[in-house]
Amino acid sequence: MDRRQFLKTTGFTLASAGIGVGPWNQALAQEGPIKVGLLAPLTGVVASGGREMVEGTQFFFDSIGNQVAGRKIELIIEDDASNPDTSLQKARRLVEQNNVHWLIGNLLANTGLAVANYVKGTGTPYFIPIIAADDLTQRQRIKNVVRVAGYSASAFTHPLGDWALKQGYKKIATVSQDYTFGHEQCGGLAQVFTEGGGEIVQQFWHPLNTADFSPYLGQLANMKVDAIFAMETGADATRFIQQYASFGLKGRIPLLGAMNATDQSVIRTLGAECEGIVSPAHFAEGSDNPITKKFVEDYTAKYQKIPSLYGFSMYSGAMWVTEAMKAMGGKIDNREAFIDTVLKTDLTGSPLGKTVKLDQYGNPIYDVYIRKTVKRPDGKYWNVPVETYSNVSQFWKYDPATYLKQPPYSRNFQGIKKG
Amino acid sequence: MTQTTRTLAIGLITVIVAALLPFGLSNYQVGLATEVLIFGILAMSIDILAGFAGRTSLGHGAIFGVSTYVVIYMVSNGVSPVLALGLGILAATLVAAVFALLAVRTSGVYFLLLTLALGMIVWGICLRWTQVTGGENGLRGDIRPQILYDHRSFYWAVLAATAVLAFGIWRFVRSPFGLTLRGIRDSESRMRSLGYNVPLHLFIGFTVSGFFAGVAGGIYAFFNNFVSPSTVALTQSVEGLLMTIVGGVGTLFGSFVGAAAIIALENIVSSHTERWQTVLGITFILIMILAPEGLVGKVRILLGRVRSSKPQALPNPKP
Amino acid sequence: MNTFQILNGLTFSALLFVVASGFTLIFGLLRIVNLAHGALYLIGGYIGYTVGIKSGSFILGGICAMAGVAFIGFILDQGLLRFVRGHELRQVLLTLGFAFVLNDMALVIWGGDSFTVPIPEALRGAVNFFGIFYPKYRLFVLVVGILLFILLWLLLQKTRLGALIRAGVDDAEMVEASGVNIRLVFLITFLLGSALAGLGGLMGGAFLSLYPSADAEILVFSLAIVIIGGRGSLLGVAVGSLLVGILNTFGQVMFPELAYFVIFGPMAVLLAFRPLGLFGKAT
Repeated sequence: MDRRQFLKTTGFTLASAGIGVGPWNQALAQEGPIKVGLLAPLTGVVASGGREMVEGTQFFFDSIGNQVAGRKIELIIEDDASNPDTSLQKARRLVEQNNVHWLIGNLLANTGLAVANYVKGTGTPYFIPIIAADDLTQRQRIKNVVRVAGYSASAFTHPLGDWALKQGYKKIATVSQDYTFGHEQCGGLAQVFTEGGGEIVQQFWHPLNTADFSPYLGQLANMKVDAIFAMETGADATRFIQQYASFGLKGRIPLLGAMNATDQSVIRTLGAECEGIVSPAHFAEGSDNPITKKFVEDYTAKYQKIPSLYGFSMYSGAMWVTEAMKAMGGKIDNREAFIDTVLKTDLTGSPLGKTVKLDQYGNPIYDVYIRKTVKRPDGKYWNVPVETYSNVSQFWKYDPATYLKQPPYSRNFQGIKKG
Repeated sequence: MTQTTRTLAIGLITVIVAALLPFGLSNYQVGLATEVLIFGILAMSIDILAGFAGRTSLGHGAIFGVSTYVVIYMVSNGVSPVLALGLGILAATLVAAVFALLAVRTSGVYFLLLTLALGMIVWGICLRWTQVTGGENGLRGDIRPQILYDHRSFYWAVLAATAVLAFGIWRFVRSPFGLTLRGIRDSESRMRSLGYNVPLHLFIGFTVSGFFAGVAGGIYAFFNNFVSPSTVALTQSVEGLLMTIVGGVGTLFGSFVGAAAIIALENIVSSHTERWQTVLGITFILIMILAPEGLVGKVRILLGRVRSSKPQALPNPKP
Repeated sequence: MNTFQILNGLTFSALLFVVASGFTLIFGLLRIVNLAHGALYLIGGYIGYTVGIKSGSFILGGICAMAGVAFIGFILDQGLLRFVRGHELRQVLLTLGFAFVLNDMALVIWGGDSFTVPIPEALRGAVNFFGIFYPKYRLFVLVVGILLFILLWLLLQKTRLGALIRAGVDDAEMVEASGVNIRLVFLITFLLGSALAGLGGLMGGAFLSLYPSADAEILVFSLAIVIIGGRGSLLGVAVGSLLVGILNTFGQVMFPELAYFVIFGPMAVLLAFRPLGLFGKAT
């Protein structure tokens, strides 16, 4: 603590003692509960995912009795309303009013970026199991932001591009929500697919919360493509899948999806229209890995629903950070040491059933499943792996230094190989 | 003591009390108080039109936000904060002028709907013009000057600015021009028959109102270090209007009361329940039924009855 | 543009017409801009969804949706708006507050997930229509929209109630002065307008799905339609719905950059130079 900080704190402790009011910011206590701020969209276009984020986090903390190394864990939950401004306000409140030790959560990339920008200034540790904005672990790396149990958007679509080439697909069209997460997922697919000789015939971008996909489906129906890749989340995914089927495209043109589109939070309320969609992810709730199966069974018993990506990721993320907290004996107030410990921790007990490490950019390295949605005997649908790619880095097979020289994926740069 | 002197005295005392506030508040609360000041100016700018020209706008959030965007964009690209602020205010004023050109021929509900539509267009542009506005991601910056980094220093700077702006608005509505606006509010046909160019006056009034909204928006950029389409969205205009109404349309200073009430309510309610929106909605309904003249307006009426020996100006018309 | 896109635009217009006709009935006669109209749409959809799922009947869902929403409309009009009669802006803002409450209550009851009203068996799948495969249900929506236009036209032109409504749109005071119980006419109109919003919610909920911000979206479209078409004109609503629906669909296809601008640009310009809309009548 430098001199200025010391004078301020002493001065105001005295002043408030004198006036008797005003909880001036005090140094975070070494004793007392560990306060964790959880930001999730409980309202807005991805509210269904947000709710599961809360469930997944609570599921984990409950399983360890809500304490670590003798200190109680106090979880404070705030709704970011699927909106970056609200997210920023809530983050501010959690850090400045609730004095949380660390933040975790957020779903939409723009909400996460807003919070990341804020914690860059305050130094608060911020963990992002769901936020997939590539650059937060690449070009715009922030020291105190760590993607535990998370993924960067293009990491899973790189292998999907490879898989698509192996199926013999030559032409693909993409439909995507028009924001960074969408651009990055499509870019990952486009780059690998075109470098392998494939062609991206056309790319459609639509705003979040598009109710009516008929304009796009109309055009897609008339294209000669081998497959369509749909990058949709939340309510958009539900509508897209339904409308894809009702316009007669299901069964005619194979549908590839982002893992968010085939996530339980979406397909839970769907029927046969979601069958047969192929999507890449690190997690497949239909996997027959025994640890995954147990996790899915326990979760289903507790919440009466099959866990989604969101529930799983937050569970694993909370687990990861808790491992680090345990390693430090619960004394996490030296933020730099805390972040370092997290970066060095390998996740061993996660529902994936295998150990996961972080690369030197703070991004996990996973085995990626290519999954297909199939019907269970009880009539529900889930994602079952049909192929596995091992140890996939966020840079795919590229050399990190070279990869980082190319611009981040955006609407204008999709990594498409010319000629 | 004339009313003017009394108002000035009350104003001065308020500023002094406000300056002392940070000594009793936490960092976070000082941040909230800063927001009250910024949104108070926004609400005041809405009041210029609503209270004094009889035109209720649902587009001022967009005007406010345009300034925020311009400031953050400029500073992030190397422009000095002061110049950026000036450019932001200029941009907001221009947008207000464009709105005004289209809106001055309408009134009442149609004026409301037109300004709503224009605000939506601005929102749509901010959402889709990703190259410049960052689209869904918005613009992130670290633009607050070093000397104002600290919550309290920034608060005092904003307080000083707010005092000056509030004084400016107060003088504006009491000027001959302001009186003309009031005449238009009370009876447009009479003003026309008296030879006043009503559309021109409304145009100027709207633009001036936009200017002040732009100043508030520019300051907000330094407060928030972040802007996204939400800042120009309809909800921003609605909240601003609500603050004006809760405080009291036509009372000017009621805007700060309204802003404080809404921001305090939001913070208190959000800490206890998720149902902030219901509380907001019920507040709106109750205010419309029970106190459409707002809190300050109601106080003025009550004081008026108490002090009924003195001749009272007619209370400002409710929306 | 091809048949596909034209049909998309038309079917969307049909849905918009169902919703906006209710909106303009209330705006035209009662001069109330009911900003809770979108919320009524959403709640109607949710009610229809719940009833539809539990009972298996789309029609029953529709009836309950209309009745339920009419009831909410009744509460709004008789319970709240009566305190602010005659004050246009206060009414508008009160309905806005009511919309916030409704939206939040819907969130509490139905949650943040997206729901789709189940389509009856008979209307599922696609038909071969002029050489393309087009969803049956969307064609059904188109048919309903056209039928509704005819029904409303008959109501307004051929019935006594309709005559009273038309007269009231022109001059409510005169109608009152001639001894008619204008209050009852107003109430019936409000209920009818609300029920139409509920019907729209049910129908829209089947192909556009229902989710917490659907109310704001449909409200924005309804406003645009009523402003373009003009206050109190059935023809205006029909034309407005066609314009907005088709512009929106084509805008999505050809100028996705411009999103709302394609609708609000023309609307703002129209309102600036022809404040009463295409077929509107002065207040």
